[in-house]
Amino acid sequence: MQDETFAPRDWTSHPPLNHPAYKSTLLRSPSKPLVPLRQTLSELSGPVYGHDTLGPLDADLTRNARKTSEPIGERIIVTGRVLDENGRPIRNTLLEIWQANASGRYIDAVDRHDAPLDPNFLGGGRCVTDADGRYRFTTIKPGAYPWGNHANAWRPAHIHFSLFGPSIATRLITQMYFPGDPLMPLDPIFQATPEGARDRLISAFSLDATESGFALGFAFDIVLRGRHSTPMET
Amino acid sequence: MAFRQTPSQTVGPFFSFGLAPEQYGYAFRSIAGATLIDNGTPGSHIRVLGRVFDGEGQPMSDALIEIWQADAEGRYAHPADPRCSNTAFKGFGRTGTGTDFEKRFIFDTVMPGAVAGQAPHINVIVFARGMLNHLYTRLYFEDQAEANAHDPVLQSVQSERRGTLLARRDGATAPTTYRFDVRLQGEGETVFFDV
Ligand SMILES: [Fe+3]
Repeated sequence: MQDETFAPRDWTSHPPLNHPAYKSTLLRSPSKPLVPLRQTLSELSGPVYGHDTLGPLDADLTRNARKTSEPIGERIIVTGRVLDENGRPIRNTLLEIWQANASGRYIDAVDRHDAPLDPNFLGGGRCVTDADGRYRFTTIKPGAYPWGNHANAWRPAHIHFSLFGPSIATRLITQMYFPGDPLMPLDPIFQATPEGARDRLISAFSLDATESGFALGFAFDIVLRGRHSTPMET
Repeated sequence: MAFRQTPSQTVGPFFSFGLAPEQYGYAFRSIAGATLIDNGTPGSHIRVLGRVFDGEGQPMSDALIEIWQADAEGRYAHPADPRCSNTAFKGFGRTGTGTDFEKRFIFDTVMPGAVAGQAPHINVIVFARGMLNHLYTRLYFEDQAEANAHDPVLQSVQSERRGTLLARRDGATAPTTYRFDVRLQGEGETVFFDV
């Protein structure tokens, strides 16, 4: 089974557990090193959620909570492929997204930001990748929002993504940012990512994904841990 | 490998309506919840509950817990398991700690069977604001001492920290309940695995 295990989490790509500029990490990061674990069937398996998981409007956040009219804001298409580290598409895998509305307000009751809720927008969506590993959401461009980390702290606009991939070892929760956002260099959560990996969190404007007369397109590919390739015997 | 992994980012404090909408009362269907069983699920029905504590010993109301486990016969509902369970038991649960007044997570599930040379265990994934990466741990059952003594993962952990992976019987009322507290940092810090 050795050839079936997943490559390790690449700690040159992921942020550290403790990043003091992001204050909440101070008390929420382990002080002891992670204990190595040789992957077993428990880690090589994971929940399977396919197309039968989805409701018909799950991938369209401009419609899945509409009550009286369209949600307010700039419509966007967010699309891309889910790949493994060998560039192979990850098919039939579930993506879940959640985000603030155009005003930078989450519907979450815990969000105290004094910006308007949108009665026609929830901010949650789901999609399953196709045979090429491709996903596609229609949504509203989220606004920036303030948070209490430091004086005048604002999160850059972002969409939260959750993915399973083929096993619990490939589980990933991340955030997608928008190109050119001036808040990214000031954001300790974005900046916690190693410098060379930050670009992988930023979507690209895509005219191909843009729908004429309807919505701007943004492309965002996601790479999950790959399987170790089988060593070649010569 | 030519493609580099997409970096992890925190789940943040506002995941409820996206990842656990039914639990938190939002008008959106949940893909998974805290109840993995129905009355007909084969096996011994158990409840697993606990709290997640930060480095100051404060219970956290904004953690998200996921569990992944085998069925009562030790089969995962996944093609990687040659005995792949074809029962209705999916083995995946997800719940936040923000709806219980004691900030607990509470799962209703079955006692998993032994998995390929390992003691019965539940794989646990912890997410929260302030966690830039999710953490993996494992829940073993204190009253499975014989199986635990031969579990290669549990035995790979320093003996003085092994207890952080043991769920303990909690009270005598039905359903059979196990308590498993997670301590992110400091005294009694839970063992987290580099999976
Ligand atoms: Fe956010």
